[in-house]
Amino acid sequence: MSEQALLGLADDELVLGWRDSEWTGIAPLLEEDVAFSSIAQNEIGHARAVYELLAGADGDADALAFDRKPEEYRCAPLVELHLLEWAHTIARRWLYEVADEIRITVLKDDSDSAVAGLAAKIDREEAYHRMHAEMWHDRLRDEPRFRKAVEELWPYAVGMLPEELRPELAVRTGLDLPSNTVLQAKERGSHTEELAPLWEEMTMVRRSAPAGAQW
Amino acid sequence: MSSSPHSNVFEVFRKEKRGSAFEHAGSVVAPDADFAETWAREQYGRRGESVALWLIPRDAIRDVEDWADEFDLKYRRVDGYSIKARLKEARERAGTAGPG
Amino acid sequence: MAAVEIPRDEQAFLEYVQSGGQVETTDWMPDDYRRKLIKFIEMHGNSELMGVLPEREWILRAPTLQRKLALTAKVQDEVGHAQLIYRVVEDLGKPREQCLADLVDGKAKFHNVFHYPTHTWGDVGVIAWLVDAAAIISQKALLKCSYAPYARIMKKICWEESFHILHGRDVILAMVTGTEEQFGLVQEALDRWWGPLMQFHGNPIAADEDPMYLWRIKSQGNEEARQQFLDGYVPQIHELGLTVPDPKLRKRDDGVWEYTEPDWDELKHVVTGHGPKTEERLALRRRFLDQEQWVRDVVLAA
Repeated sequence: MSEQALLGLADDELVLGWRDSEWTGIAPLLEEDVAFSSIAQNEIGHARAVYELLAGADGDADALAFDRKPEEYRCAPLVELHLLEWAHTIARRWLYEVADEIRITVLKDDSDSAVAGLAAKIDREEAYHRMHAEMWHDRLRDEPRFRKAVEELWPYAVGMLPEELRPELAVRTGLDLPSNTVLQAKERGSHTEELAPLWEEMTMVRRSAPAGAQW
Repeated sequence: MSSSPHSNVFEVFRKEKRGSAFEHAGSVVAPDADFAETWAREQYGRRGESVALWLIPRDAIRDVEDWADEFDLKYRRVDGYSIKARLKEARERAGTAGPG
Repeated sequence: MAAVEIPRDEQAFLEYVQSGGQVETTDWMPDDYRRKLIKFIEMHGNSELMGVLPEREWILRAPTLQRKLALTAKVQDEVGHAQLIYRVVEDLGKPREQCLADLVDGKAKFHNVFHYPTHTWGDVGVIAWLVDAAAIISQKALLKCSYAPYARIMKKICWEESFHILHGRDVILAMVTGTEEQFGLVQEALDRWWGPLMQFHGNPIAADEDPMYLWRIKSQGNEEARQQFLDGYVPQIHELGLTVPDPKLRKRDDGVWEYTEPDWDELKHVVTGHGPKTEERLALRRRFLDQEQWVRDVVLAA
């Protein structure tokens, strides 16, 4: 997989982890709050591992994670959306996990053994995320607001994957691939207007000190 | 015992390491065993503090807290035996009593 | 051997707990003991839950990946503690939903420190280092609580808190060895937090006038806890070159710390719901409780 594509994976996990960590303390049930926070931490952990791989032995993973301008991030629009509402949050989790599994499966066969090895580790941890997402999907599948949320976010989920992997996503979710018109501005390569304010908040403390300051 | 109006309380037992017994660790409120598992895994295992968990609906537990204690049952317990005096006598007879 | 029977008499029960007796959920207990217990433990649960709100903003702003992970894990622990604590209250007879409703309606209390704003990353460090330290002193004393289910969860709580203090200290150390501005952020945060910290353990009621102590729900007086805090942490503050904003603070020859008497009226005013951030934070809680009621209805439906 190319460096740009790996950066896309890392940026997806960083931004989704950032979004998911917004639920810490305010999730619908205390038990779920604790579990959901672990998922957010795992995502940040995955991002960190990929940034470290990309930055190399002498590189700075934090600099790669935080010191680019918003337009330089390679995350998909799906993860940027501000969805502080449970039906949409779970719909995104579920769709993301299905798409991510397809992406990770390809990575596990990467010709670079470091990449393949990291993908295998991520995959083993993601197994628990999938359990969690499936469990909630089962519980909420008959709720109209959940079904509506899945429909709304579906094109964004499609936009997360390269074209050749999209049919597989359609098979696994049972949903039809949307037209190009519908996919407009929802594919990787575009950014939503949510990214800039997210980046502002994410980097405000870091930017308050000179580059290279220790925290 | 619980006054929770909804759903099940699942009691959580955890095994700290290989060779330890399962010990009661706490409880989670969950609608079924799948949710209980997902939640107990995190609440009782996210720090690697458990190698295994048992999850049991509270209703499945039978409480046993009373015993009859009417007659002298010391014959079958350690505190029912005092051998010091007789042992001393036996040693003296055999000439094997130690100093003091 | 007969099981130990709790005497169904308030005076005998008092003697029982004062001589180290332990009480379980299904034991008989005087109404006053049960009421005070629920109120005390509920306040603890509320405090863990409200303590999350000042800190969670900074998760989003954490300046490195490691700090983001550590702060998320710390706050996660606090939510976990709330879960453990509300389970204990629920088994004593007050449902979690009722506790949360009373909290957002302003009918229940939570600790003073969580009514105040946070302004900078310096606050993040000071809260994790000193506010958590003050809390741990109280929590360690609760390991001996006469009500056994509560004492048992305190073990897990204290175990989890151990990384919080280290994380706090690490954040502070990075800043006090960083730029001058970063050092300044820590001192400025300390200046703001010192007052609430000194009020945290409550006004100095004599142990034998404190019903919580008489019932052995608390095993330590308020002043004793505060002295322990000063003993442990003033030296740590000074060794970093930071100053405590109290000119009267000093340790006497007999080992007792003297300090400017905290404003106890202010403490009462704050914990009865009039802190600078009380309304806003309760409103946030209320908003999400209401918004996500449907989730609980779906998930917890029989």
